[in-house]
Amino acid sequence: MTTKTIEKNSLIGRRIPKMDAPDKASGKTRYIGDLNVSGQLYGKILRSGRIHARIVRIDTSKAKALPGVHAVITAADVPDQRPIGVNKDHMPLKGDKVRSQRDEIAAVAADSEEIAEEALKLIEVEYEDLPTIFDPRDALKPGAPLINDFKKDNVAMVFDYSHGDVAQGEAESDVVIEDSFELHYVTHCCMGVSGVIAEFDASGNLLLYSNTQVPFLHKREFAELLNIDPGRIRIIQPPIGGGFGSKLDIYPFEPIAIFLARATKRPVKLMFTREEEFLASPTRQPVILTLRSGVRKDGSLTFRTVDTLHDNGAYTSWGATTPFVMMQTFSSLYRVEHCLYKTTAVYTNNPYAGSFRGYGNLQATFAIEQHMDKLAEAIGMDPLEFRLKNAQEAGEVTGQGMHFKTCGFKDCITTAAERSDYQAKRRAYKAAQGAPGSVKRGVGIASMLHVGGGAKIYPSDGCGTILKLDDFAHVTVMTGASEIGQGSETVLAQLVCEELGVPLGSVTVVNNDTDITPWDVGVHASRTTFIAGNSAIGAARKARDKILNAAAKVSNLAAGDLDLRDGFIVRASDGQVIMPLAKMLRSLHFSDKAELVMTTHYYEPPSVHQDKGFKGDVSAAYAWATQVVEVEVDTDTGIVTLLKVWAAHDVGRVLNRLGIEGQIEGGIVMGQGYAITETLMIENGVCKNPNFRDYKLVTAPEIPEMDITFIETMDGEGPQGAKGVGEAPAICMAAAVANAIENATGTRIYKLPFTPENVYRALHPALAEAAE
Amino acid sequence: MSLTREIAFTLNGSLRNVTVPVTMTALAMLRDVLRLTGTKYGCGEGECGACTIIVDGRSVNACLMFAVDCDGRTVTTIEGVAADEASEPLRQAMVDNGAVQCGFCTPGMVMQSTWLLEQNPHASRDEIKRGLEGNLCRCTGYKKLIDAVAAVSGTNQ
Repeated sequence: MTTKTIEKNSLIGRRIPKMDAPDKASGKTRYIGDLNVSGQLYGKILRSGRIHARIVRIDTSKAKALPGVHAVITAADVPDQRPIGVNKDHMPLKGDKVRSQRDEIAAVAADSEEIAEEALKLIEVEYEDLPTIFDPRDALKPGAPLINDFKKDNVAMVFDYSHGDVAQGEAESDVVIEDSFELHYVTHCCMGVSGVIAEFDASGNLLLYSNTQVPFLHKREFAELLNIDPGRIRIIQPPIGGGFGSKLDIYPFEPIAIFLARATKRPVKLMFTREEEFLASPTRQPVILTLRSGVRKDGSLTFRTVDTLHDNGAYTSWGATTPFVMMQTFSSLYRVEHCLYKTTAVYTNNPYAGSFRGYGNLQATFAIEQHMDKLAEAIGMDPLEFRLKNAQEAGEVTGQGMHFKTCGFKDCITTAAERSDYQAKRRAYKAAQGAPGSVKRGVGIASMLHVGGGAKIYPSDGCGTILKLDDFAHVTVMTGASEIGQGSETVLAQLVCEELGVPLGSVTVVNNDTDITPWDVGVHASRTTFIAGNSAIGAARKARDKILNAAAKVSNLAAGDLDLRDGFIVRASDGQVIMPLAKMLRSLHFSDKAELVMTTHYYEPPSVHQDKGFKGDVSAAYAWATQVVEVEVDTDTGIVTLLKVWAAHDVGRVLNRLGIEGQIEGGIVMGQGYAITETLMIENGVCKNPNFRDYKLVTAPEIPEMDITFIETMDGEGPQGAKGVGEAPAICMAAAVANAIENATGTRIYKLPFTPENVYRALHPALAEAAE
Repeated sequence: MSLTREIAFTLNGSLRNVTVPVTMTALAMLRDVLRLTGTKYGCGEGECGACTIIVDGRSVNACLMFAVDCDGRTVTTIEGVAADEASEPLRQAMVDNGAVQCGFCTPGMVMQSTWLLEQNPHASRDEIKRGLEGNLCRCTGYKKLIDAVAAVSGTNQ
């Protein structure tokens, strides 16, 4: 008898290539645009030619007469349509009036995209213009035109939060400062444009090929929208060409494709052009924010008062709800005894904002971390010492009720500062501000707090897993978690391998079909590794227990003395092989007991819903990060060059080093774009740059050098100790760059983005004014 | 109906005859007529590089080229590169270096990198960055894409 032994071999923390990468690098992956269903028609949408106008007449007769056109629909053809969106204020097809440039007024299904486009040109619409609102401050003025008639004013949503008593905090302050910040429009720019295929079967069941990142929530929403049983809706998600939060809501094109499929009794495929993607996708929430902060001479924070005005656009999507996250940063990133937060989101005739990686936290952090620098300056304290003095620590329960069971915040600050030589550079660059030469250098620091263990916003924040092993020890993991490129399938497979001792190649992850996979709330709040990971571990542990209990009976060893390694059942103490796992599975299957190893697990994190005052421990874990940036500012041109970023992230534990580096690098560069290059130019409600030539994404030569350090705090609730990290890396960048520009030039800029023109204007206000 | 024309060209090593409308782009021909969907539509304006193909040894945005202009030429798409063992090190480097996330830009990146390495087999990191400048990626922050190409070019600069 051989005495083969196998050592324990963990995949945790290793550099594991993404499982779907070989297909993606070979062009074999079929995204929504690559899918075609037999018999499909092509849908196209007619959008408004006006910004705010009453629709007097729509004539579709010429379009209907065009050969190859199968249906032309307007609001009049879908009297049963229901409003979508967070406030249910958005009819997919507009019948009474249009409220923004992107508004949908008619749609065509035709034999080809070309015919559908031709048909759109034949639709005649007569409008009667209405007074407009483009500045959110105007929306609140008495006598302002009403954007949505069902409301008595233009207020879309209000958030009020407080802990402590800011009046008392102000009285205790030695220094009080107040500033206003303006945050601009940017948009997701997923490389894959939006699209959907809708098809009804002969029994009236709806099949949607959809890019949604929340399939189970949308199943229910589509059912409400169509007034059909949710059980009759199946959503299949083809591989998704980027999400970043954009696919968290239902948008009009999806119900419209469904209406066209219903009208024609044919499958309808509806794809955006890139221009449409810019015009009709949600944006990041633009914000006008006033922050008032106080501090004692000893460097302790006293209070914060925050008032934000959100330009809600014409309709309400998740952008309006970003205060959920913004208020956490103000109340809890640093210890502050007194905090008052208010947001008013108002309707205008501008584009509307949705959910976007970071979810309001980029905006909040932009303000708060600039104020941290200013407060430190005001009391003559080093900004790093000032931050360390007020930083949260493990064990803290904040005024908002967030409980930091693990907290690597101070380690993040000191690590990023030490690795970048922040303090010495900051002093040197400050001293050099007045030196000759137009090119200045600066360093800036910013930190962030974000949910890292899900967020209990919906009735459940859980995720289900179904796991099966076949007779050959191949594992299939059916998870509710959606994959949008972030690498969840690889991490879930790794976590399962850790429990079942099988090689990664023995695991298949199924994650894209609501008829197969169990419920999950969706990809948002950096939750998938944490929540779906714990769910997968739970299912794998049940399978492991079953296998080891069966193996115990045939090996005369206790189940606790056995282990699973590399596809074998072994003795835990020395790794001696007892039998191949596949043989054990077959002996279970083909025995008198005739059993298969199939398990299920539903993981619900031990977080709580916030109360009506937004208080409560909403996440099972919290992620922390500090980023230091070094920039070069050409004061003659206003060009800001990002040289290097030192990022220190409390990620709980690194599961897949390759994947987590990729998340952080990508997030840093997305944050760089937000800070420096990107702006969706909206003038009088019209998007002026709906293309990649004029909307400037960061390109390969512009990326900074990146130094990334992981702070591993081993979260007790996290899967193998990990926390969520997806949104974190994008959050600090704009704030850190703002602080670095100030360090370089002595000028603080409160308005994004830091494009050459904006920076030049800030550095040379008199010249800029004279030029106008 | 729009005017059509029959063209003949070498596609991924095989001679193809296709009848296409004169207004059709090479991208639409590849995707919609020939059903080769590895070449992606990202913008249709030559700004994103997701539709990069190689035509007579040059990297081209397929969305900016008329299909009829493929007549008589040699065209290589990601499907051709994926079937070419010589390109395996590059594709494997993309995989091993974590250069793939959502993957939508990846075929274009592989095509552009293939062309880049043909022009400059020992490209430095700066040359790689410049070479990939016309290809947009929203997920990776480019670093791992550059790492992947650098691994093949053997550069340590």
